[in-house]
Amino acid sequence: MTRAVVVPASALVGRPPDIDMTSELGSLVMPSPVLTASGCAASGRELDQFFDITSLGAVVTKSIMMQPRSGRPTPRMAETPSGMLNSIGLQGPGVHSFLEHDLAWLRERGARVVVSIAGNTVEEYTQLAKLLRMYDGIDAIEVNISCPNVADRGQVFACRADTASSVVGMVRRNTDPRIPVLVKLSPDVTDIATIAVACERSGADGISLINTLLGMVIDTATMRPALAGVTGGLSGPAIRPVAVRCVWQVREVLPDIPILGMGGIRTGEDALEFILAGANAVCVGTAIFNDPSAPARVHSELASALAERGFARLADAVSYAHRREPGMPDPVDLAPEEPAADDSGPLDATDGVADAVADGAPADPDPGA
Amino acid sequence: MPVQVRSEVVSTRRAGIYHVLTLTADGVPETTRPGHFVGVAIGDMTSGLLLRRAFSIYGVQQRGIYGGTVDIVVAATGPGTRWLAQRHRGDQVELVGPLGRPFMLPREPVSCTLVGGGYGSAPLFMLAEQLRQRGCRVDMILGASTEEKLFGVLEGKRAASTVTITTEDGSLGETGRVTDALPEVMERAGSEVVYACGPMGMLASVAEVAAERGAYSQCAVEEAMACGIGVCMSCVLPVIGNDGVTRMVRSCVEGPVFQGDRVRWADIGTIPPDTLGAPEAAKRDGVAGSVAGVSS
Repeated sequence: MTRAVVVPASALVGRPPDIDMTSELGSLVMPSPVLTASGCAASGRELDQFFDITSLGAVVTKSIMMQPRSGRPTPRMAETPSGMLNSIGLQGPGVHSFLEHDLAWLRERGARVVVSIAGNTVEEYTQLAKLLRMYDGIDAIEVNISCPNVADRGQVFACRADTASSVVGMVRRNTDPRIPVLVKLSPDVTDIATIAVACERSGADGISLINTLLGMVIDTATMRPALAGVTGGLSGPAIRPVAVRCVWQVREVLPDIPILGMGGIRTGEDALEFILAGANAVCVGTAIFNDPSAPARVHSELASALAERGFARLADAVSYAHRREPGMPDPVDLAPEEPAADDSGPLDATDGVADAVADGAPADPDPGA
Repeated sequence: MPVQVRSEVVSTRRAGIYHVLTLTADGVPETTRPGHFVGVAIGDMTSGLLLRRAFSIYGVQQRGIYGGTVDIVVAATGPGTRWLAQRHRGDQVELVGPLGRPFMLPREPVSCTLVGGGYGSAPLFMLAEQLRQRGCRVDMILGASTEEKLFGVLEGKRAASTVTITTEDGSLGETGRVTDALPEVMERAGSEVVYACGPMGMLASVAEVAAERGAYSQCAVEEAMACGIGVCMSCVLPVIGNDGVTRMVRSCVEGPVFQGDRVRWADIGTIPPDTLGAPEAAKRDGVAGSVAGVSS
């Protein structure tokens, strides 16, 4: 097989840094913290032409639904400043075709697989979970309750704590206990931390942050909406600060939950922002459209960025931006309104950081090193 | 298999309102066939324009002094293509290719008519050469709204037995559209296959004229793409499969070349109700268990 031969700049500077890039999302242990974002890599086959997809943390598949789905009419895409708007509408072949063709291929190829599932109803999510339970080769499930391109777009499940919880609870109950269930949340909510806490209480093993932001473009030539679907999901580097903020806020209230961070990651330093904000692993999405080998490049750039800052292990950098310096006043807004369901008492964001430092993060990393 | 290459601009030249760029592209020419395209990234890693621009491959050179190169034709119509048109010799761009499914070539030395609208003619010259190598008669029709939007008139005269030019304003050749000239050209040449590349409306008409005359048509579509490699699902159009079922099909990997009678030209921009997985069909058949559950 012919593969792309773009050499990352970091590789030209010296030998690849010897960093332990192991990343864990609950029971899913991966040699890389870089995954593909759902909907940006199909089922991995196309990208395997450009880099070895088995080197990824995992392939996160395009969201699978029970039935084949045509998606929305074209135009489905509009370029925006440092981003894009899409209204694909979850086009897909349906779960049976996915299992027969895509999952079978991913297994044969030896890739780790996170299957993203989407449904119109709680019942459809439940059915999907029950069906997937019968198949091997699924390393985790990501529950997409936040796609803005669904018929009832004002009412995506992720917009309310109760609806989000009911989907997560049903998927968790119907999934093999050994398989982590991640839930992908929308940033288009008043308080994402509240939704995340509700999902965690309903059994979510991890939180994926974030899905696209609902947006709109008017074509000034036709003087009509640019997308046939009128509104669409905004992605790309333009939304990165929103995504980093969401990861930060959820990490503050859930110090221990695995977080899969995504939203506009294009470089290793972008990925590092998410890791420092509290993500255990990251997804590369829209950047793939710009650079099909972006996930592999982001991995090596992230390793270099960690090495430059004196980290020997990726895990030591997780949530590092939350650390308290001695003598610093406590931020006033850290404590959540109500305690979390677990019995660890009022949450304190410094706990995880203290552990991380004790585990060997550098006390005083030298950015110039 | 496509490759991703850091490319250098070898040369640029103007052709009417278009810019022809020759780019180094090691590993691309060897597997390029007529109808393939390349995806070019706009700017560097700091660029705010993320989406790749797709260009038909106009020509390739396998082993020149620059190694393998590809030629593309750029119409500077937006910020991305303007950036590309402003590149100079020695500048870096990044490209992926060859992409897509190329034109299918006839096994027999049949007569072929090639139809290009505007710079949609770009892939037809390489195609003409390969058809002639197979002993096919090649006739060409090049059309545009006006003379300066034509591409490759002189080259067409070298590549084809006859070249018919049409412009809508009559500034060069016959006044009218390519499809006005198509029946007569096909008649004169006894064409059994029509190849076309250009705007959707033109392709729809070409496919119709070809079908009326019992000819086979191969149309390369120009659909807006985001990734060009089959992962984003932006560039879909309704196409009838071998099983008679209409699906929303990606023009970047299942196209850009389609059999003209398989594309539902009039339905582009819609989801025909009988498409696999269409919302109407879903409503009629019902998603199992969709009554229960949370709806608000």
